[in-house]
Order: sequence, then C-alpha cells, then structure tokens
Amino acid sequence: MSIAAEASTSSFPHRHLLGIEGLSRSEITALLDLSEDAATLGRQIHKKRDDLRGRTLINLFFEASTRTQSSFELAGKRLGADVMNMSIPTSSVKKGETLIDTAVTLNAMRPDLLVVRHHSAGAVELLSQKVDCSVINAGDGSHEHPTQALLDALTIRRHKDRLQGLIVAICGDILHSRVARSNILLLNTLGARVRVIAPSTLLGAGIERLGVEVFTSMREGLKDADVVMMLRLQRERMMSSLIPSTREYFHFFGLDYDKLACAKPDALIMHPGPMNRGVEIDSNVADDPRSVIREQVEMGVAVRIAVLQALARHLPNE
Amino acid sequence: MSAPDTDHRTAHRPLALVNARMIDPATGLDAFGGLLIADGVIADLGMHITEGAIEGAESLDCGGRTVAPGLIDMMVFAGEPGHEHRETLATASRAAAAGGVTTILCMPNTDPVIDDVALVDFILRRARDTALVHVHPMAAMTRDLRGEEMAEIGLLQEAGAIAFTNGKTSVADARVMRNVLAYAKDYGALIVHHLEDASLTQDGVMNEGEVATRLGLRGIPTAAETIVLERDIRLVELTGGRYHAGQISCRASLDVIRAAKSRGLPVTCGVSVNHLTLNENDIGSYRTFFKMKPPLRAEDDRRAMVEGVASGDIDVIVSAHDPRGAEGKRRPFAEAADGAAGLETLLGAALRLYHNGDATLHRLLEALSANPANLLGLGSGRLGKGAPADLVLIDLEIPWTVEPERLCSKSKNTPFDGARLEGRALVTFVAGRPVYHYG
Repeated sequence: MSIAAEASTSSFPHRHLLGIEGLSRSEITALLDLSEDAATLGRQIHKKRDDLRGRTLINLFFEASTRTQSSFELAGKRLGADVMNMSIPTSSVKKGETLIDTAVTLNAMRPDLLVVRHHSAGAVELLSQKVDCSVINAGDGSHEHPTQALLDALTIRRHKDRLQGLIVAICGDILHSRVARSNILLLNTLGARVRVIAPSTLLGAGIERLGVEVFTSMREGLKDADVVMMLRLQRERMMSSLIPSTREYFHFFGLDYDKLACAKPDALIMHPGPMNRGVEIDSNVADDPRSVIREQVEMGVAVRIAVLQALARHLPNE
Repeated sequence: MSAPDTDHRTAHRPLALVNARMIDPATGLDAFGGLLIADGVIADLGMHITEGAIEGAESLDCGGRTVAPGLIDMMVFAGEPGHEHRETLATASRAAAAGGVTTILCMPNTDPVIDDVALVDFILRRARDTALVHVHPMAAMTRDLRGEEMAEIGLLQEAGAIAFTNGKTSVADARVMRNVLAYAKDYGALIVHHLEDASLTQDGVMNEGEVATRLGLRGIPTAAETIVLERDIRLVELTGGRYHAGQISCRASLDVIRAAKSRGLPVTCGVSVNHLTLNENDIGSYRTFFKMKPPLRAEDDRRAMVEGVASGDIDVIVSAHDPRGAEGKRRPFAEAADGAAGLETLLGAALRLYHNGDATLHRLLEALSANPANLLGLGSGRLGKGAPADLVLIDLEIPWTVEPERLCSKSKNTPFDGARLEGRALVTFVAGRPVYHYG
C-alpha cells in the first residue's frame, strides 16, 4: 500500500458506510483518491492484494442486483476475502423471518463485512445496529446508494479533473431513485451545481430543499451541463399513473441528440445501469464517445475495493 | 388548430362592417363605428370606418346592431368519431355558425375515445375538411376515460389537443387526479373536469329534492358535485395545476369556487346556459329533453348561477351541446339519455339574462368569448387590430321561436323547443368569411 493510500485510509473514520449523508468533503475525497489507486490496480495483470486475507464478506441482497453485487464480490476477492453471496428474495422473507432475525443469524456466522441491499429505506441502517461487523449500504429503497455516487464522482473526476463548479444534471425518476439522492448529497458536498430534471410527478415534494435546481424541461435543464446523468425508468411508474407511456417519456425526457445538444459539447453521458434503451436514453447516445457508462462499471469495482480497504482499517484484529 | 382554409376562400376584397355597435368584452369597448376585415383578420376598427371610406372594400351596413367577437363554446359533443348518427363535425359546425359560435371545443367521449394522437389528428383533419368554424379537440386526460391511467398529455398537446378532460365522468381516484394535475402543469395544460361523484349519483336521474320525490325519480344531490369540486381544489393547491370545473350547477359549488379564487388558486369554472335559464320544475311531466348532467337544479341554485355570471365568479358559459336522437330521448325518463342540443340557442338563451336585467351584455359576452379565449390561449375573443376576424353580428332584440325542425344540428333535442327567444346571430364570420346569414 502506498503512503498516500495509507493516509487516505486513516482519514476515513467510520465503521460503516451507510450513506453519503454525514461524510465530509475530505472523507469523500480520501475515498476517491484511494479508488484511483484501486483503478490502477484493476488495470494490472496481477490484481490481487491481501488487505482482507482471512476476512469474510457477505453480500446480503434482499433485492436483485447484477452489477453491484458482482462488483462487491470481485472487490472482496481481489482483496483476498472469502466472499459469500446471499440473495434473499422478498417472498422468502415474507415467510416469517424478520430483517432483525436474519441479521442476528448472520451475525452468529461472524462475518467481518456485510454488504446489504434492501427494498426498504432505512433497513440497512437498522440492520447495522444489530450486527458486530462493518456494514456497507448497497442500496436501501429510494434512500441511498453511496458506492454508486462515489463511482459516479470518480468517473467524473477522471474526465473533468474536478467536481467543484461543474453543472451536473440528474434526469429522470428522481422520486424513486436512491442513486439520485446519494449523488445530490455527494455532488453538493464537493461543490458541484446539481440540477434535477423530471416530470413533476417524478420529482418528489420539497426536492428543491435538497440544494438542487429543479427543471421539468430537458432542454432548459441541460443547458450548459457538464455532466448528464440519466436514471433508469421502472415500468411500474406507468402502472401507478405517474407518467402516461414510455413513448411520451422518451419524447420529452429521453436523452437523444436533440436534447443533448443543449448541454456543453463535451458533456459526459452517464447512466447507473441497467439501461432501457429507447426509454430514458437513445441507443446511439448511450454508445456515443462521450458516454462513460462502461467506465462507470469499471470504476464501480475500484470504488468498492477502496471502500472495503477503508473499512478494513477499523476491523478488530483479535 | 384547424381553421377553415383561409388562404383561397378569403382572398376577397376587404369587408367593412359599418354603422355597428362594437362590443369588445376583452377591453370593455362599447362604441359605434366600423370594423375592417382583410385577410381573415381585423385590419382596423373605429369611427373612421364608414361606408365608402375604405377604398376597394365592400361594406355591410349593420344598421346599428352589435358586432362582437364570435362565441367560443368550451363544451360541445360533436359526434365524431363513432356517433355520426347524432352529430358530425360538419353539422355541429353549421349549428355553431347559426348560433354565432366561431370556435368549438369538442369533447373526447367519442367512440373510440380521443386519447391518442392519431385521433386528435383525425379530428383536426376532419374539421379542416368539413367544418365551418374553428374546431379544437379536447383530449381524454385518462386512457379510455377510465380514470385509471394518465393519457399522453404531452404528445396529445403537441398534436393539437387544446385541453384535457374526462368527458362526462369524474376521475374518482384522487391519486390519479393528483398525478394528472401535477403532470399537466409541466405542459401548461388546462384540465377541464366534470364534477360528479358516481357513488353518490348511483342511479339518480334528476336533482334530489321535492320534485324528484313527487315524480318518483331517484335524485342526485348537489353534494355529488361539491365533494368532487372540493377535493379537486385541494389537489390544485397541492400541485399548482390549471383547473377548470367544466360545469357547476349549484350555489354550494359557486361558494367553493369563490373561496378557491380568493385564495389565488388557478381555478376557473363554467356553467351551461341550461342551468342559467331552466330549473328542475321544467322537467314537468317527465320531459326527457330536460334530462342532463349535471341535472337541472332548484330555482335557488339557478339564481346562484346567474349571480355567479353577473359577478364574474363564473368564468365561462357553455352550451354543453349534446345531441341525442329519438332512440335516446323517446324513453321513460329514468332510462332516457342525458344531454341537450344547445349550440344554436346558446346566444339567444343567454341573452335572456340581459333582457331580464340579471347580467350585463358585457359580462355575458365575456363569458361567451373573451374568458374562454384567455383560458385557452386563443387569439380570438376580442376586437383588436390583428385579431382573427371571428365575429358575430347580433340583433339583440329580434324575437324568434325555436323550431327544432329548422335547427342545423342532426339531433333536435332542445329544451328550448318552441321557446320564444329575443336576440340572435344575424351573420357569423369565421376568419373573415361569412359562414352564416340568418333568414
């Protein structure tokens, strides 16, 4: 481990990573610096380190995930941990065991790190109060998804060298998006200018109080944006009558070249995945040279390695 | 918008309407003089426009009669598509022209329901090809008017839908109504809502009260209207969406509207000319032409509607034109169809309020043209230089009798059957072109 990385690790004093909320600018910056090193590591032939040798990491996913779960698994393995994946679909939870019971059961297996995704906002924090290990929030309902915000910030920083002063437009289903909340918190902490763009039905009451500029028109909201961050639109939003149809949504809120032209010419195009091509993003735009969507996935592994390293510093050694 | 083709049909000599009393409800203008029509617009107006004063212009001596903006009727059921046996855009537009109405908004409760851009396009094309007056389709605010899923408000508006409505039903689900109002706000779209709590109406067929009880007919309480209205106002407050109560019919609703307006909410309302001039007693011995929704109410409610128009708290007067054939009306009252044909009698019936001294001419014309134009963002509804020459020459005093067989509408279900009215349209101009001459 480099000296710089050592310094970064010790400047992250938390036992859990439950959200971006509560993290200071320097703590976030330290994680991003550490992630840079992990990104470099990830591009080497030999990718293994031993920070977590002998440790156990459990991926506890109450909600389906492909990229988040696999990148945590990869991150754990690259750091030498034993990784166990537990996918618990909602249905079997409903059979009886409460979240707390599950937590107590798992705790008895003495894991060192627990990565948790749950469909209920606040569930991961609740679980963290009942276990002895470090807990990482991999997404709790519509609340937070801190590693996604970190990987987004890392991707932006690698292209723009900074976050301070950048105009970042987050577009789409803000109301239901944990990605949006974590990004709003992180980007504001690092001094970016955050905009949200969505139909009023997908904005959420009082969103403007979160320190963002609110737009209901893509063309206005994208004006001079440095970064365009698209969000996934879930099909059930149509069912609940929040928007009328995917074709109308694409027409007014889908990122196509026409709307993208309002942003800066070198604007980054981002998406947390999985994408609905032709719903929130035009297929060609998704594959445009300005699109960094694949790089986001790569940075996802780097950020998760960095987070595990930072938390590993606080694991008890006896 | 669909306008009668102005390019080649109006490329005539300019026309001067001279010796006219010009009333512009948009500005309060009420003055004698003349008005020059050229290229489909009002090119000039004032004292200086007299017979022969404008070189090359034809002139029409109005004989001191009134020239006003053509009426804009915000609630017309025009039959197309699917109910062509009751009315077509062609026949509805002829009825409109005969009534001094130069713009109609057609309702989406057709078959199929106008909830798709292709149907908006269909209406606009049909109107362009067959209609004498301007036709603007209102689109369904929920799919198939079921009140469950929001319609494509943005795309429908781009296609030419001028406002959104749920036809002759209320959206019962408050969450859907909230979402529609919030979503429509992003597009600046106007929501025109029917007020009727279906669970309270149930099998009611007329106003609830003594008359219904005597007749042995099931009643519809005024609360069926006010409950929906009060809920909607709360949702307007929550969302900021632009809201227009299509028709109110009772004093309690007027009070709700007044309170909402005094709080500065973007709320307006309309009333049908039927509810200004008729009441539940007119049903008499089960006359089905007086069956409508909302039902004709008690005399005190009718008085309230008149007061609301006079005070300006009621913004718009509509015909609520709903043509029904014998197959719908020649039935026992409870089984008969709702609705009254009204385009041709709108002006004459509304003028009853003027002749009775219940409302000023200015107020009536405002509610029949200037206010709808403002609500809908139309350039018409006023007498200004450059405004569309959608005009009506009105004889305020001429007596006439409503003879159903002479009405232009395909259906003759007028509650004013045989009524003697005072005042009517003599000539109607759409985009400068005369589309109707009386007599």
